[in-house]
Amino acid sequence: MSPRVVFPNKVLPYLLVAPQLAITLIFFYWPASQAVYQSTLREDPFGLNSKFVWFDNFKRVLSDPGYLNSLQVTAVFSVSTAFVSMAVALLLAVMADKVIKGRGLYRTLMIWPYAVAPAIAGMLWLFLFSPSIGSLAIGLRSLGIRWDPLLNGTDAMILVVSAAAWKQISYNFLFFVAGLQAIPKALIEAAAIDGARETKRFWTIIFPLLAPTTFFLLVVNTVYALFDTFGIIHAVTGGGPGRSTETLVYKVYSDGALNQLMGVSAAQSVILMVIVIALTAVQFRYVERKVHYG
Amino acid sequence: MVDTPVAVAPGKATSTAAVLGRKEDGAMLGVSRSSRYIAHAVLILGIVIVAFPIYYTFVASTHTLQTILRPPLPLLPGDQFFENYSEALFGGVGRIGGVAVSTLLFNTMVVALAIAIGKIIISILSAYAIVFFRFPFRMVFFWIIFITLMLPVEVRIMPTYKVMSDLGLIDTYTGLTLPLMASATATLLFRQFFLTIPGELVEAARVDGAGPYRFFKDILLPLSRTNIAALFVILFIYGWTQYLWPLLMTNRNDMNTIVIALKKMISFADADTQWHLVMVTSMLAIIPPILVVLLMQRWFVRGLVDTEK
Repeated sequence: MSPRVVFPNKVLPYLLVAPQLAITLIFFYWPASQAVYQSTLREDPFGLNSKFVWFDNFKRVLSDPGYLNSLQVTAVFSVSTAFVSMAVALLLAVMADKVIKGRGLYRTLMIWPYAVAPAIAGMLWLFLFSPSIGSLAIGLRSLGIRWDPLLNGTDAMILVVSAAAWKQISYNFLFFVAGLQAIPKALIEAAAIDGARETKRFWTIIFPLLAPTTFFLLVVNTVYALFDTFGIIHAVTGGGPGRSTETLVYKVYSDGALNQLMGVSAAQSVILMVIVIALTAVQFRYVERKVHYG
Repeated sequence: MVDTPVAVAPGKATSTAAVLGRKEDGAMLGVSRSSRYIAHAVLILGIVIVAFPIYYTFVASTHTLQTILRPPLPLLPGDQFFENYSEALFGGVGRIGGVAVSTLLFNTMVVALAIAIGKIIISILSAYAIVFFRFPFRMVFFWIIFITLMLPVEVRIMPTYKVMSDLGLIDTYTGLTLPLMASATATLLFRQFFLTIPGELVEAARVDGAGPYRFFKDILLPLSRTNIAALFVILFIYGWTQYLWPLLMTNRNDMNTIVIALKKMISFADADTQWHLVMVTSMLAIIPPILVVLLMQRWFVRGLVDTEK
């Protein structure tokens, strides 16, 4: 930071940071340290006694098939959600970059889902595709597809991925449009004069130049799929059928809030914190410096 | 619910300008007429996919329960608009303890506004302190705030719940909003913006006899207007669409936010879900944030691209 002109005041700055600091310490650091502390304890079923068990909870969590399953579910869910919503958004953004008339209108119509809560997005999709009353489910059935997201794990996963990806299209679209407009038009026109067709221009010029935007969105979408989609899972499938849509965050919630397994839930929290810290570090390391096109 | 980490360095300023300002620059060389038609077709298809679930919910909200239970639903709105909306808004919904949707809307509005406004005030103050003052532990405070980026509620559900119930904040507006008011994103954004304000301006203000209060009120606040508007849109949506937090913080039906109540109204397993009311409630839960986004589109897009970069 460059040397700045500042106000010479001894007490005022402390008063200014006090509100944020107080809330941060009480509602962030205190519970987070509790999570770390609890993750080393084991309580008896009545919550009366607890004893210090070192890393036992972590060992238990990491050797629990249920946890490994939810790791896998989370991976499938996050990768599919990020991929589907980014691919659709990129396609639409590239198209929007080509048209001349109506760009503003398209953008306006495209940003609606951003304002829809993830849980509601999930419920809307379930309403459309529910086996009993879903109007679109009838369409699927008439095509001969056996479809039941309430009983079949794969169908349930497809449904939550669709809803999660749908909600995120607007966001990715806005960023891709911004990224595309930052690419110098002269570059693309030069390639056109040299005879490169549109598809070729896309893969050899536009797509590589979009790398920073794409990478940034990849991180954001992963974070979104990991955490913000809790509402979708909770409202639509409740982790089921079986455990086919039980993501890591949902498991922390169900082990802690529903099953009262405090130590185990806390250990999972700590593992999640490590994941968030890693993601943040990746974001800062690469997005800051920008991924560069070699 | 996670605050997306903000990259503090500048760098993407160009793209912001591009989103906002770029005018149609005529036909680009090498994009043929036919491929432009294809582009329109793809975009229209995209909009159908994006808008259809919302449109269809609106359609469903204007039909009777019987029509909804016998799919497929017509593609055009029915004639039950006034009946359904007034029943949900003022009549009270059985499944959620007879609470009227107007109560839920009020709760959600309070939550969204309190979070947005509270967060802006808290962050602008702390960013002001960190940028325009020098005091012991300044950077320690900065890092304490910064690290909260890595501690979203989702990773510390149970301990946070414990703290809240120890403080007696379950089922209160304070409990629903206060903990969400502190986050690094807004503070970092303001800090970044304040750093671009030239030192000469501060010096000139001081020479003219302005103290920290005058400088803040007469110079800094007016300069930050656009940033505040942009943040407001994003934080309003953030507050409105909260899920896990209100789920943990509320037990009483009349303290629910609309999203949580909606979840309680639906059961796919049993037959007595009142779908027409569910659809009305969904629409009412979606419309306010959509209006905010559409009406404040300029700031919203700018704020989004700025906050996240």
